[in-house]
Amino acid sequence: MNPVRRARNHPGYWAFLVHRVSGILLALYLPAHFWALGLALHDAARLDAFLRWTDQPLVRFGEWGLVLLLAAHFSGGLRLLALEFLPWREWHKSLAAVAAGVSLALALAFALAL
Amino acid sequence: MTTLQVRVWRGGPQGGDYRAYEVPRQASQSVLDVVTYIQRTLDPTLAYRFACRVGMCGSCAMTVNGVARWTCRTHVDQVCADGRLELAPLANLPVIRDLVADMREFFDKWARARGRFAGRRTRHDDFERVAPDSEPRRQVDAAIECIGCGVCYSSCDVVAWNPDYLGPAALNRAWTLQRDVRDAAQAERLRAVAGDAGCHACHTHLSCTERCPKHISPTAGIAGLKRAAAAAALKGEL
Amino acid sequence: MSARREALLWAAQRASAAMLALCVVVHLATMIYAAHAGLGAAQILERTRGNVVWLGFYSVFLLAVVVHVPIGLRAVLSEWLGWRGASRDAFLAAFAAGLGWLGARAILGVFL
Repeated sequence: MNPVRRARNHPGYWAFLVHRVSGILLALYLPAHFWALGLALHDAARLDAFLRWTDQPLVRFGEWGLVLLLAAHFSGGLRLLALEFLPWREWHKSLAAVAAGVSLALALAFALAL
Repeated sequence: MTTLQVRVWRGGPQGGDYRAYEVPRQASQSVLDVVTYIQRTLDPTLAYRFACRVGMCGSCAMTVNGVARWTCRTHVDQVCADGRLELAPLANLPVIRDLVADMREFFDKWARARGRFAGRRTRHDDFERVAPDSEPRRQVDAAIECIGCGVCYSSCDVVAWNPDYLGPAALNRAWTLQRDVRDAAQAERLRAVAGDAGCHACHTHLSCTERCPKHISPTAGIAGLKRAAAAAALKGEL
Repeated sequence: MSARREALLWAAQRASAAMLALCVVVHLATMIYAAHAGLGAAQILERTRGNVVWLGFYSVFLLAVVVHVPIGLRAVLSEWLGWRGASRDAFLAAFAAGLGWLGARAILGVFL
């Protein structure tokens, strides 16, 4: 393994990377989300057209990806709040695994619910 | 395995490159033993730094196969499965020569973080009594054994991104003094360690916690400083 | 002043994060419910128009987003792109304002 990567190859660093990348992608997505909703939500006919558009498989898949991003950023964020605000304990190191599990479970729940 | 293939970074501030050496494999051999063998038998021009050889002085830290470590207490067995070692000076610090990093900035930051105890009593006063099982005392205990080796500083990404960042060791030192009930410079120290170059720059990567040879968690102390500084700022005391 | 500003930004980031954690759960549950129940546009608008609780919730949600996102991007811009100083902060203030405007428009579109 490349030494630069080896030095960073531990759960805390991976958790950081997931948190940052998901955060950037969500920050890019939010303006588009608000803009599209603002266009569609004025009247029922346009909203219906929008809802039909979101029924396509590819859009569904995109939505699932967004929920995965959101779940990852959400559970990773809870992990950070725990690390910064709860008294330090050894098990804090395992929180990254817990966060990964929670985000996968949430994304899976969303995929199954739809 | 009878020999180790060792690549050692040779050079100075202007740059350098790795040079290869073959070192006989010994039982219970430490990485520092390997460096010492090279310097004493193969190449006396190799510069490196060590003193106590027993994990107390904090002077022999280097980058071993990509990871910052204390070399005197790191056995070759722990870090090298395939008979290859790659040794370089600590990252995030200027190089003086070969494996010797310039630690000035590292220790200057301890001073900038007000890493000095400020007492309030004189020799004429009685001792201050600190209960060993009190919460602040136990928090100090968890962080006080730092030997100043620079492994955390060298492993920290925030140091690499923001050269003004005080770094895990200096902030950990500040934390032990913030939790010292005898210390009289807490407000000034909090001002010194808060902000862009201080505790709030930390992103909780936990690289310092992961790599600290003394199993200290600077991340925990930095989180404590973040909370204390934010509380002071909200009260208008920062 | 930098120490005070950074400490307050940190506190704002954490407070908005805690708020977002609650809001995201409610929002996702609502979306799953809406999709599951197969609600059409008319049914959605019927539930949201003039609903003050709904308006209050999404206003708080939007406020937390407008605080949280620019502070997060601030670290990314300085650490990964090397963009620091007043120009970065002006850009982020504009980004926050734009996000708030787009969000408010979306909320009001469903409420009014």
